[in-house]
Amino acid sequence: MRRAPVYGLLAEFADVTSLLRAVRKARSAGYQKVDAYTPFPSEELAEALGAHDRRLPLLVLLGGIAGGVAGYALQYWTSTIAYPINVAGRPLHSWPAFIPVTFECTILGAALMAVFGMLALNGLPKPYHPVFNVPRFALSSRDRFFLCIKASDPRYDGVATRDFLQRLEPFEVSEVAS
Amino acid sequence: MNGDRTPQSQPLIAPGYTIGTVSDKISSLVLGHRTPTAWFVGFGLSFVLMTLLLYAIGYLVLVGTGIWGLNVPVAWGFAIINFVWWIGIGHAGTLISAILLLLRQEWRTSINRFAEAMTLFAVASAGIFPLLHVGRPWLAYWLLPYPNTMGVWPNFRSPLVWDVFAVSTYATVSALFWYVGLIPDLATLRDRSKLKVGQIVYGILAMGWRGSVRHWERYETAVLLLAGICTPLVISVHTVVSLDFAVAIVPGWHATFFPPYFVAGAIYAGFAMVLTLAIPLRKAYGLEGLITPRHLNYMGRILLATGLVVGYAYMMELFFAWYSGDIYEEYMMANRFRGPYAPFYWTLIFCNGIAIQALWFQRVRSSALALFIIAMFVNVGMWLERFVIVVTSLSRDFLPSSWGTYAGTRWDWMMFVGSIGLFLTLFFLFIRFLPMISIFEVRTMLPESEIEEEHR
Repeated sequence: MRRAPVYGLLAEFADVTSLLRAVRKARSAGYQKVDAYTPFPSEELAEALGAHDRRLPLLVLLGGIAGGVAGYALQYWTSTIAYPINVAGRPLHSWPAFIPVTFECTILGAALMAVFGMLALNGLPKPYHPVFNVPRFALSSRDRFFLCIKASDPRYDGVATRDFLQRLEPFEVSEVAS
Repeated sequence: MNGDRTPQSQPLIAPGYTIGTVSDKISSLVLGHRTPTAWFVGFGLSFVLMTLLLYAIGYLVLVGTGIWGLNVPVAWGFAIINFVWWIGIGHAGTLISAILLLLRQEWRTSINRFAEAMTLFAVASAGIFPLLHVGRPWLAYWLLPYPNTMGVWPNFRSPLVWDVFAVSTYATVSALFWYVGLIPDLATLRDRSKLKVGQIVYGILAMGWRGSVRHWERYETAVLLLAGICTPLVISVHTVVSLDFAVAIVPGWHATFFPPYFVAGAIYAGFAMVLTLAIPLRKAYGLEGLITPRHLNYMGRILLATGLVVGYAYMMELFFAWYSGDIYEEYMMANRFRGPYAPFYWTLIFCNGIAIQALWFQRVRSSALALFIIAMFVNVGMWLERFVIVVTSLSRDFLPSSWGTYAGTRWDWMMFVGSIGLFLTLFFLFIRFLPMISIFEVRTMLPESEIEEEHR
């Protein structure tokens, strides 16, 4: 009988301190493809998992610069080339008057990049994910903390990994169908 | 309530809440079976007021802006007064969600969600007025720069065009910030909803959020960056609104201190509205444990501080009028004191300058009722402030031969009251269908969310 493909093993913990301890042990045991799920953000956990993405701030900076340049270019082009208005010989390229709109466009570009960049890097929207197959995973958005070791990890072994997770004293260990 | 206790000694979240119960408490306000009767009454009344707005807009589209009390010289009537009033109210939401986040003011957690919603709905109510004021609202898209067969482009030297960009950016960014803040809570609602339709709708809106630590890390970075972006944005928006006035040479408008004056007034008006909404809300929904007396006390302090800045600005207006030596500026002030609109001016000074002095007292700041009454004074006072700025200056500017008078017609009043109806209708829908307090942020405030480091 062929077994259904497995995504990984999911261990449930009652509080954030136990989860942090478990993450550190899993990392020191050599597991690479580890993820943790929590009902609120935790800097310590992100550090323990080595989850630090430097790309987002850079994307936001680029979004802001792109917005600002586009905003200024639009004003320059409309005011001097496309539709020049001669007001008593005043300069067409009246840059001080273009600052507010340039500023707003910078903000808009940066904000759009912050939101959509964050979603894209997180791979959202993603309505289906294997961890949702575990019924108790619904509690991860209430008050439970989960550790997942993926089957794609080179050290993953259906029996040994389960034993390892059991020794971390979780609430429950469940297999995640993919 | 004991008025002598200092606010710092009171907890931000009442004792007894755990991560689980706080999640249940806030999500049950949405998913629970029983909607309070007060909600139906409030929503019904607001909806009736909103239909007034729709009726007035319908008639205006048929007949034109002649139904308003606008005239020459007072071509900026209720439409601009209401616009500035509403935009200002929105500013407190962004201040709470962005500036107080950067300043690590943890007490903002319980109030930021509905304050941000308030921002969105206030901007929506504000946006109606300039759109209708252009006269032919179906051509309002002419304000935007787009290639057209007329070969015409907006004049980017005009503050009114800056306004289009500032307000539309503000509306977009506020909506995004609000939605990003909602995503983890929408996931909670998705997981806790027992109805199929709830699971599907909240599921779609939550976009598959699963609380992964890697996701949280980028999420927190994004929120922090958005807060940093929104801080100058919120200041720029009311600055640009004030430039609509300050760039004109009309006496009483042409002043360099208008931007900070307007920004302070906006935050002041906004906190008054946050109090106006928060105090009945916590009562009706039993949220006294989450929006505690300490929160109300802090909001009272901010109201006092910004109110004093506004009071200082009123004095500076007087000083500038005198120090300018300009007879038109001097007359503008005399006209406010003794002219046809003097009752409005003195009522505004009472509401914004004198009534709030009660907030110096701890006893007043710890009484929800007293705070609510003062907030109401400020709501009225700030509307009158904009009325005085717009109407006294325009009705008597330079040449006495071109002076006039202004009064709102019943259509003006219908639209103003109707816009309050629109705002409240949206707000009632929000508290019915979305978590009005940020669940995941309240979780981080609880002692059990702290990591107990063992000695190694």
